[in-house]
Amino acid sequence: MNSGATLATSRWRDRFRAWLSNHRRVAAETLAALLVNWVSSLMTWLVLGIALALPVFLYLLLMNVGVISDRFAGKPRISIYLQHGLGQVEAEKLMARLSRDARTETVAYISPDAALEGFQSRSGFGDVLESLDRNPLPGLIELTPQATQPAILARQVTDLEGEPGVDMVVVDLAWVERLFALVAFGERLVMALAAVLALGVLLVIGNTIRLAIESRRSEIEVVKLVGGTDGFVRRPFLYLGFWYGVGGAVIALLLVQVSLLLLDDPVQKLAQSYQDDFSLRGPGVLKGFGVVVIGAVLGVLGASLAVSKHLRTFAPSKPE
Amino acid sequence: MIRFDQVSKRYPGGKDALSRVSFELDDGEMVFLTGHSGAGKSTLMKLIIVMERASQGQVFVQGINVNRVADRQIPALRRNIGVVFQNHQLLFDRSVFDNVALPLIISGFPQREVGRRVRAALSKVGLADRERALPVMLSGGEQQRVGIARAVVNRPQLLLADEPTGNLDPELSREIMSLFYQFNQVGVTVMVATHDLDLVARMKKRELVLHEGQMRESR
Repeated sequence: MNSGATLATSRWRDRFRAWLSNHRRVAAETLAALLVNWVSSLMTWLVLGIALALPVFLYLLLMNVGVISDRFAGKPRISIYLQHGLGQVEAEKLMARLSRDARTETVAYISPDAALEGFQSRSGFGDVLESLDRNPLPGLIELTPQATQPAILARQVTDLEGEPGVDMVVVDLAWVERLFALVAFGERLVMALAAVLALGVLLVIGNTIRLAIESRRSEIEVVKLVGGTDGFVRRPFLYLGFWYGVGGAVIALLLVQVSLLLLDDPVQKLAQSYQDDFSLRGPGVLKGFGVVVIGAVLGVLGASLAVSKHLRTFAPSKPE
Repeated sequence: MIRFDQVSKRYPGGKDALSRVSFELDDGEMVFLTGHSGAGKSTLMKLIIVMERASQGQVFVQGINVNRVADRQIPALRRNIGVVFQNHQLLFDRSVFDNVALPLIISGFPQREVGRRVRAALSKVGLADRERALPVMLSGGEQQRVGIARAVVNRPQLLLADEPTGNLDPELSREIMSLFYQFNQVGVTVMVATHDLDLVARMKKRELVLHEGQMRESR
């Protein structure tokens, strides 16, 4: 009794070990076959690599634009012009109220006198301003909001305009809106492009696998005749798709890295002309690994679509 | 081992390849299936290994009604049946060893067991020293013996052969037939489809004759 159970367990373990070693062997064999015919394999890998590199490249572009806009533009600033003749006390009360507001990040008060001084020293209109009999400049509060989303900013501006002593509120919402719209558009574009190109990768791999199935038709017939399961027949083709996907992703990452290297120098020069030490950011290890995983998944998916479609032709005819 | 009960097979748009065929094959028996080409010999064998399914009637193999077997259970069924074909169906990019090992690897045998069984099967067909050769380096008779080794390596209870001597000269044909005879002697049920009537007459075994899809039995 006991020995029978042990025998069954060890047989099961033997089966599992054989199954695992079959996986290992098939994976190694398909990769070796691809490397032996490296010219045609490289062609497929390049096609897949270019298809995968495009969305990766656009994604990196978007990521770098995000970094740039954070650095150069930062957050939008709201200029609050106070009414003429508003005294220092009322201005400071308003300041205190605004700085308690949760939506405020920083506030700074520029008094009419300070504004006049700055204007004189910077603009070269000093003489003209001196000829005036009184200071024409209003008091000003510079406010940096917490929010960057145009809709929230617009509401905040409306609220500020309702504050007592406020004459006019100016915020350059247009460019904030434009930047956000542009980034949103870019994200959509990358997603749409990635979806189309992923479909392209699926089709390329599917078609390559279809050709491989055709060329190994007699082998599949023999394997099925001696009792090979669909899984056994499918396995080498799934690994083929896997290696195509992984190879394509590696080529894509190489293409992206080389382009970044070529672009980095001119970009740094451009940044230096703006007194900035900005340099392009690559995908990094984690995102690079992500690209390889996506490539592998697309490869296996494309292969399994092709195989399951073509395996049906090997099933016995149904009785009429 | 095998029982056909009023079996008909009609291919789509064609005439009946088999009509109302009934016969029974006991465990450990050896029979010849004869008839002109196109008489339905191959169709009958395809029904046994479920490459085709009967249009009418029942086919029982080892007590199982194969008409009712689901597609995904077919592989398990085929592993109990050894099949030899006229055109060998060898894989020409693999060595003799790998060709014979295929059914064992498919069934998930451990590595050392595979080596042991493949060598045993090859020595039984007299090709023990050719395991590293590629099939193209072998003669027609040797290729057919590799096919037989592959069919028996799984130690099946049932061995089917479809025109196994079709392309061979009489001398080699006799050798191949005597191999089947030997397997039958150790208890394997053997069915050989052939049109080599001289050879059939000499073997003195039961004979099933197919004529235009109908079966007439004779001894």
